[in-house]
Amino acid sequence: MQIARVIGTVVASVKNAKLEGRKFLIVQTLDADLKAKGTPTVALDAVGAGVGELVFWCRGKEASFPFKRDETPTDCTIVGIIDSDSHVFRR
Amino acid sequence: MLLAKVIGNVVATQKNQRYEGTRAMLCRQITPAGEEMDYTCIALDSVSAGEGDIVVIAQEGWSASTAATGKPGAAIDSAIVGIVDYVDLLEPQ
Repeated sequence: MQIARVIGTVVASVKNAKLEGRKFLIVQTLDADLKAKGTPTVALDAVGAGVGELVFWCRGKEASFPFKRDETPTDCTIVGIIDSDSHVFRR
Repeated sequence: MLLAKVIGNVVATQKNQRYEGTRAMLCRQITPAGEEMDYTCIALDSVSAGEGDIVVIAQEGWSASTAATGKPGAAIDSAIVGIVDYVDLLEPQ
């Protein structure tokens, strides 16, 4: 799991039937100093995240577990919204 | 998942049985702003995508296999799961 910022949305009206009603968001992964790291990627939303919010995502087969896990084809899912930038405590 | 542009497809008469009836599309990764990147891959289609379409690709074996063939357990690691209408970005890149 890694911290990321939601920087946009992907609108796709033609989707795999199992993704009906799900939301694609563009996330920019961040390092512990909240600086951008790597290319933005697409993640499926499981918690009602919105553009601008700080979130964390989970990758792999486990990414489909928040949904009907036998059905939802995703490899990257937003599983939490971090309260604010100042709620990332780095020691 | 990654954003990509469909740049073609491949035809393979001799292939793994579980690939029967699927379409293997050649895809080039793009940035959310639409610039083409270096990474190119083959992804099986599950949404009737065509050449030139911007698509979302899931790169995880179980999901890709289920999306493309309806069953898990095939030797498939990438599937097209959505056709993008547009991308709305917070800040222009």
